[in-house]
Amino acid sequence: MFRIARIAPVIVALLMPLAAAANPALEAVIADNLDQIERPSRQTVAPLVAEIAATGPEGLALLQAWSARELALTEDGRAVITSGDAPIDAVTGDPVTAEFSGLRPNSGVRGLIDGALVVSQLSDPDPRIRSGALDTLARKADAEQLAALRGALDDPDPAIATRKARLERLLTIQLGEDTQNRVQAIRDMSGDVALDFRAALNPLLATRIVAAADEPAGNIKRELRPGSDALTREDAIAILVSDGVLQPRLTSAEQRMRLAANIVDGRVAGVPVSTLDDPDARDRAYETLEAQGAVPPAATEAETEAALQDHDFYAIYAEPDAAVTTAAEDALTRTGTRLAVMKGFDLALDSLSLASIYFLAAIGLAVTFGVMRVINMAHGEFIMMGAYTGYVVQTLIADRTLSLVVALPLAFVVTFAAGVLLYRLVIRHLAHRPLETLLATFGVSIALQQLAKNIFGTQARPLTSPRWLEGAITVNDVIGISSIRVAIFVLALLFLGLFLFIMKRTRLGLEVRAVTQNPGMAASMGINPDRIAMMTFGLGSGIAGIAGVAIGLFAQVTSELGQQYIVQSFMTVVVGGVGNIWGTLAGATMIGGFSKIVEALNPANTLAAQTFMILFIIIFIQFRPRGIIPQKGRAAEV
Amino acid sequence: MSALLEVRGISKTFDGFKAINDLSFSIGQAELRAVIGPNGAGKTTFMDIVTGKTTPDEGEVLWGPESRSLLKMNEAQIARAGVGRKFQRPTVFEDQSVADNLTMALRADRNPFAVLRWRPSHDSEGRVAELAAEVGLSDQLPRKAGELSHGQKQWLEIGMLLAQEPQLLLVDEPAAGMTLAERELTTTLLCRLAETRAVVVVEHDMDFVRRLNCRVTVLHQGSVLAEGSLDHVTRNPEVIEVYLGR
Amino acid sequence: MQRTPFILRNPSVLALIAVLAVFTAAVTAASAAYGTGLLPTSMIKVLGKTLCLALAAVAMDLVWGYLGILSLGQMAFFALGGYMIGQWLMYARTESIVAASMAANPIPPTPAELQEGVAGQIFGVVGSTDLPWAWTFAHSLPAQLALVVLVPGLLALVFGWLAFRSRVNGVYLSILTQAMTLALALWLFQNDSGFRGNNGLSGLQNIPGLEDVGQARLSVWFLWASALALAVGYALAAWLMGGKFGSVTRAIRDDETRVRFLGYPVEGFKLAVFTIAAMITAIAGALYYPQAGIINPAELAPVASIYLAVWVAIGGRGRLYGAVIGAVVVSLLSSWFTGGRAPDLNFAGLRMAWVDWWQVALGLTFVLVTLFAPKGIAGLFDILNRKAKS
Repeated sequence: MFRIARIAPVIVALLMPLAAAANPALEAVIADNLDQIERPSRQTVAPLVAEIAATGPEGLALLQAWSARELALTEDGRAVITSGDAPIDAVTGDPVTAEFSGLRPNSGVRGLIDGALVVSQLSDPDPRIRSGALDTLARKADAEQLAALRGALDDPDPAIATRKARLERLLTIQLGEDTQNRVQAIRDMSGDVALDFRAALNPLLATRIVAAADEPAGNIKRELRPGSDALTREDAIAILVSDGVLQPRLTSAEQRMRLAANIVDGRVAGVPVSTLDDPDARDRAYETLEAQGAVPPAATEAETEAALQDHDFYAIYAEPDAAVTTAAEDALTRTGTRLAVMKGFDLALDSLSLASIYFLAAIGLAVTFGVMRVINMAHGEFIMMGAYTGYVVQTLIADRTLSLVVALPLAFVVTFAAGVLLYRLVIRHLAHRPLETLLATFGVSIALQQLAKNIFGTQARPLTSPRWLEGAITVNDVIGISSIRVAIFVLALLFLGLFLFIMKRTRLGLEVRAVTQNPGMAASMGINPDRIAMMTFGLGSGIAGIAGVAIGLFAQVTSELGQQYIVQSFMTVVVGGVGNIWGTLAGATMIGGFSKIVEALNPANTLAAQTFMILFIIIFIQFRPRGIIPQKGRAAEV
Repeated sequence: MSALLEVRGISKTFDGFKAINDLSFSIGQAELRAVIGPNGAGKTTFMDIVTGKTTPDEGEVLWGPESRSLLKMNEAQIARAGVGRKFQRPTVFEDQSVADNLTMALRADRNPFAVLRWRPSHDSEGRVAELAAEVGLSDQLPRKAGELSHGQKQWLEIGMLLAQEPQLLLVDEPAAGMTLAERELTTTLLCRLAETRAVVVVEHDMDFVRRLNCRVTVLHQGSVLAEGSLDHVTRNPEVIEVYLGR
Repeated sequence: MQRTPFILRNPSVLALIAVLAVFTAAVTAASAAYGTGLLPTSMIKVLGKTLCLALAAVAMDLVWGYLGILSLGQMAFFALGGYMIGQWLMYARTESIVAASMAANPIPPTPAELQEGVAGQIFGVVGSTDLPWAWTFAHSLPAQLALVVLVPGLLALVFGWLAFRSRVNGVYLSILTQAMTLALALWLFQNDSGFRGNNGLSGLQNIPGLEDVGQARLSVWFLWASALALAVGYALAAWLMGGKFGSVTRAIRDDETRVRFLGYPVEGFKLAVFTIAAMITAIAGALYYPQAGIINPAELAPVASIYLAVWVAIGGRGRLYGAVIGAVVVSLLSSWFTGGRAPDLNFAGLRMAWVDWWQVALGLTFVLVTLFAPKGIAGLFDILNRKAKS
């Protein structure tokens, strides 16, 4: 049927060499409205567009071309579509050879044309066009389009059908014909957290503030008191001034200017200029001038107060229907609750990824601290070393994935070696002098930092992640997490597993635990504490190197990279308690979580968030001086 | 005679290990008491609890005629209340002179500001010289404590303990590492001290305990197994089993 | 136990006063304002600042060398002292400038307008025109001078009370002091904390009321003041550590538990020393920053405090003169090497600039000193002493 209907005019056109009307209705409309088509006005063109649309497929094609600025008119008043390879007559579809000039309707007109087109596009066979029509309606729609949408709810594509149904509900909220309908639509979607639903509700709930002596008409939300959070005194005064009820108040700058303009012989209205550094003296002078009519009157404090007393302030909904606004408020509350839950979930994801980073950065510190009771201040520089190893590998191996696969073990090897070296050369000789060790490793730390600066320069070096790690995993408008952070979380889990395996299932782990608990006893049983300490130190440093690669993937690699994480790593160890991997995990989770929560409460100010986090830790130490999971045994009591 | 120190039903558990189990103990104003027991009987933990180093899980430690609870006080407050403790390993301040060590221990106001205002007087110097003479360190006063021999350090610590003038002395294995002659001296000193104050001696060495000739409390697995004269407790079959049966 | 006068018991106090007297006299004689002009004003400022750093090092030695707490937060007190005096310097100077510019107005300004103008000038850079509450006393020199010691003292008191009460010790305590410094630095970095964020306070070298004196003379005055502060601070520290109080303090360093069993309230002593040291450090900072001219939160970087510890360690901790020597030697060497004046090194054609390699050398030197000369430079005096005796 369709095909015949479409081909028919073409056949007719071919059969009839003379230009005969393939769509007489359209031809008539064009002929009647040539002026309007040539110079359309937004105010009057709507009926014409509707008329053209009603003439059938040719009419729609014409409208499409018109909106796309691909419609032209010949001298003799025929409409020409110029979008194809060759210009054709809009009515007959014949090629046109005559001269024509293009039409350039303004955007307002084109909007109207698009609106008319949308209705037909909703049933277009091409799903992309249907989808595009829905996008258009979602931006702006009117009641007729809503009706058309309701007529076209069935759709062969289930996804588009769902969208249509959803859009129908959303549009009903704004444009529904009666209260019951709209309230029902709001209830249907109540609790939905998507942005479009919130966007549909917000205009309904917009209020304006009105000052009135008596209760005004309209959908009143509530009465406001000047000086409250919702309505400051200044705002209330501004409303009264703009209503013309109150004279504008005088700013001190204006007052000074007008006084200065009235200086006569070193006096303003009889008040000596030299005394005008007193605000009261200025007021007296101004009042005198006001009484003389030399300056425009200004509201005094008393007048302002009286005006405020005389008026009540009301917040009034723009939406007149109280039932709708009540339903919308309820729906928004429910949405807000669900949103808070989801935001909490998103926050948890964020915290988890931050905790993973702290965990990776701190695990090495915790291990060395647990076994040897020393803090390695150069730990941050080992992280940096790992990151630079990743960078160097990346400059040698172009393939991102491969370079990462090479960089991770290589970073471990490099920093493991550095750790062993540091242990043999420095730390071993400072046994049982933790504070000296702290300072000596600090010396190493500043030397390494400067060395990195000398080798790699001060500018940040990029460490680019492979393509498959870019992007994010998004659940909905609220919940989302970048892939790289998921990868780091997985890496942290892996290391937790690996670490537990080494500690619980290997000889090295057994010996490490023995040395941690009682070095003297372990030594007497033939365990070489020195070797164990060296191995753990190497292991801790190696993990720092791997953490460095991971951190380098999302942060800039500079010589100061380690410094940014070292204090947090210390905190993690201190909060978590030493000598226990679960303590480190708990510490990292707590610090990661707390910083994210504080950040969420005060998003504009991450510095304050960090300040609060540190203060929190200092307070926390008051209650658990040995961390969340303290080292057990009588030895720990000493 | 009312008790100077009364310990009632204290217990302390370390990670599941009951170091002290429902222990009760009391000692009078001027009394010498030996506490003996095998390793792990809870002797050191008992002293830790009395001196405030460890808090028991349950029980009560009462002090003095007014029966003040020691559990709410910290180590320094307990020490100021009149409990002196001598550690097994001599702990003196090796970086400072013998005179400084003794001066620090002298009975005086311990408040930081009072200490700041404190100036040596004829009294204080006389007292330091007296104490040094008593523990045989008169010639060593200007020397650094770190340069003393092990035995001399033991004596210095005893001197510091005396300088504190405590009402109760807790002495942990005083005979360890001493020569026979030094033991003799120690015994005499402890017996003399016990005339005016309470002295609790924790000891392994039965010979030494016999020499003290005092009431003996036997600890086993964190509680009191027997109490009485040494002869009395050594006849107790349970004590024999604990000491010899294993 | 013979009782000798304080000065004789502490010969180093006398020595320091003598050295300082000779030094200040020599610098004065070589200054442009009062002498030959051999030393440029900038150099005199460097020397004056070095004396302030030496005072901070003396305080660090009290806390670390005598009390045994490796505080990595001393620079927090130093900078706070600087901020407190900086508030007055900046406020008073801006006020005189604003008053001068407002004097051109036909109507004399009200106090409120004057304050608003000053606040706008000072806080314009952080987009604010209100005077924050922390500047309530900024107009008053005596108030700010009192705050120089009160604010850092209070911070040390509160922090110390919290930390010592829970018996946090050793490395834990070091980390905690570092955290405190970082927290303070981050707070000061905020624009709305009321201290001009990362802009810090600037123009501090101009002393209100002394505009006509000129930097040449001011720099010498500040050198005198710094030398006096160092002498007084040193003598105070020596007096504190000389008597029974010092005895108890060192005993706490060596065996805290034993001191408790002697009946001393260890926490009280720690708190007293920590707070006194914080106040001394703050005074050093209050003298330092007017010579430096600018203070910003970067001065509180945790690294800065560790440098202070490094100086004391290199000089020899547990001895006050060691702290002074370490601070003077290392800080002067640092500024010489990083100032670009030191000649480059040549290693087989490889040219190495000291600006790049000084940090590496310092770090390694520091490791070597810790390993092989734990008593630092002051340890040399011991060797000399022993030789003299034998």
